[in-house]
Amino acid sequence: MSLDPAYLEYPKRRRGMDHDRYAYSNLFERAPIAWPAGKQVAVAIVVSLEWFPILPEDKPFRAPGHMQTAYPDFRHYTSREYGTRVGLYRLLDAFKARGIPVSVATNAAIATRYPEIIADLVAEGHESVAHGTDMNGTIASGMDDAKHAAVIADSLTTLEQATGARPKGWLSIARSQAMDTPEILAANGVEYMLDWVNDELPYRFDTANGPLINVPLNHEISDRQVITVQQQSMDSYAQQLEDACDWLLTEAAQFGGRMLPIHLTPYISGLPYRIDALESLLDRLAARDGVWFATTGQIAQSAAPQLSKA
Amino acid sequence: MQEGAGDPGLYGFRRWRDRAPIRWPGDKQVAVWISPNLEFYELDPPVNPNRKAWAKPHPDVVGYSHRDHANRVGHWRMAEVMTKHGFPGSVSLSVALCDHIPEVVEDANARGWEFFSHGIYNTRYTYGMDEAQERAIIEDSIRTVRDLTGQTIKGWLAPALTHTPRTLDLIAEYGLTYTCDLYHDDQPGEVAVKSGRLISIPYSLEVNDHYGFFVYNMSPREYADTLIRQFERLAAEGEQGGTVMCIPLHSYLIGQPHRIGAFEEVLRHIAADGRAWITRSGDIAEHYLATKQVVQGEPAL
Repeated sequence: MSLDPAYLEYPKRRRGMDHDRYAYSNLFERAPIAWPAGKQVAVAIVVSLEWFPILPEDKPFRAPGHMQTAYPDFRHYTSREYGTRVGLYRLLDAFKARGIPVSVATNAAIATRYPEIIADLVAEGHESVAHGTDMNGTIASGMDDAKHAAVIADSLTTLEQATGARPKGWLSIARSQAMDTPEILAANGVEYMLDWVNDELPYRFDTANGPLINVPLNHEISDRQVITVQQQSMDSYAQQLEDACDWLLTEAAQFGGRMLPIHLTPYISGLPYRIDALESLLDRLAARDGVWFATTGQIAQSAAPQLSKA
Repeated sequence: MQEGAGDPGLYGFRRWRDRAPIRWPGDKQVAVWISPNLEFYELDPPVNPNRKAWAKPHPDVVGYSHRDHANRVGHWRMAEVMTKHGFPGSVSLSVALCDHIPEVVEDANARGWEFFSHGIYNTRYTYGMDEAQERAIIEDSIRTVRDLTGQTIKGWLAPALTHTPRTLDLIAEYGLTYTCDLYHDDQPGEVAVKSGRLISIPYSLEVNDHYGFFVYNMSPREYADTLIRQFERLAAEGEQGGTVMCIPLHSYLIGQPHRIGAFEEVLRHIAADGRAWITRSGDIAEHYLATKQVVQGEPAL
């Protein structure tokens, strides 16, 4: 038994990365990032606003949170809808009471089906980030090229029509991309994406159609990962976020601006028995002088002129 | 190993009770070593017929970029905390990191850390290699680490824990003295090999941060508490004869901002305790090899 000789060849074993998307960079050796008003930690709340058709599709893959039982899966269809009808408004009230602007990663189907939600988001000063057509709009290598391009273009156009402004940001469902997704995003006028989790500050990401900014949206400290996947409590989740904020405030004093992304899901964090812990966390974070609650768009915009051109 | 046998014949049986004691330097009771895995994963690696590199079609954006966090962010944060509390690293190294991002390897070297091989990339598996291929990755490992750091590797942790029946014999033949791939004990012990002398240094799956966070789904504070319990027990039992506690880490996990603070408290606790020999895997191996003769009946071959 032996392996194909090519398995022991390493054509991309070289200085730097094994691709040309971005240069290697050490967070602690970069020119410090300065946030507006001398703030130290940008707390970026991103809410995923999703519509799951009761007829799930598995091409290219079934989205996390999608239907699980045999048809008709009333249980999961309605639980997700609970988040959109009820949980979202608990979150929005919590943000409104504290003057916190957030980014809402919105399926285009939400804009089509529930325009009053979009009106509320716009009126309350939140940012709409494009997040696919609906939860069957997943992207991965091997999918049909035309469908790939259409998912991205339709998502942006529908949200643009609903909000009156073309979204600047993009979040892929499950952060899943095909090899050329960044090219399609850039060609469609997207300025930043939230998919790559390899850093803790925005950085430049190259495509054949010009550069994007990647704003890393930590997938590990999302409510989906901590509460739904790892089955920890809301109290523990809030504690972890507070610990993270305090660590980053300490680092910021020495190394410049830091960023803490908080990725929330209405049907997870917007439940009656969880929302109190989230509200209390927001109060505790707001009490820290160095915290700047900002949308991912504000963060990208603030960081862009400060990023290395390399 | 005994290929094809139900008992692979890796070592002889020795019960935990009534062993001849191991004595650590300074009469410390537990040798504590931290093993940061400094790795490089490929975005689009070739396929090994025995194991897929990524769960998703390439690019697996989350899988790849999560691990890339280690080199951009996590390593630097983790390494500072370790140095602050006096803990050196014993690095499980994807040796291609020496080519891609020598900054990370040079930083570890400058901090006085030791290196052992964890293969070329953590996306290239040993399963299915013939002897010449396996020799090639061992020789590549020795050469690559020596060229960048001046160190000669003494240990091996198979890439992504993938082995062949001949791996242990081959690393011993090349003069390596220890393996981290065997999980049968809380003390070092002899491993049966065709030539040379190879010992097992206890690594750990159970208190590995990957297991803590992704198998047992612990919160950062629960994981920190787990490490302290592990330490307390092994330090207490070490009164009868030195034990070993390894803390295997991946900085893209432990170096996240919500985890590093709780982990720092663990290091503070162990450093202040006084019973720990805070050391490196190669120093444990060297001490053991110098002070322990091959015990009669071990390995039982």
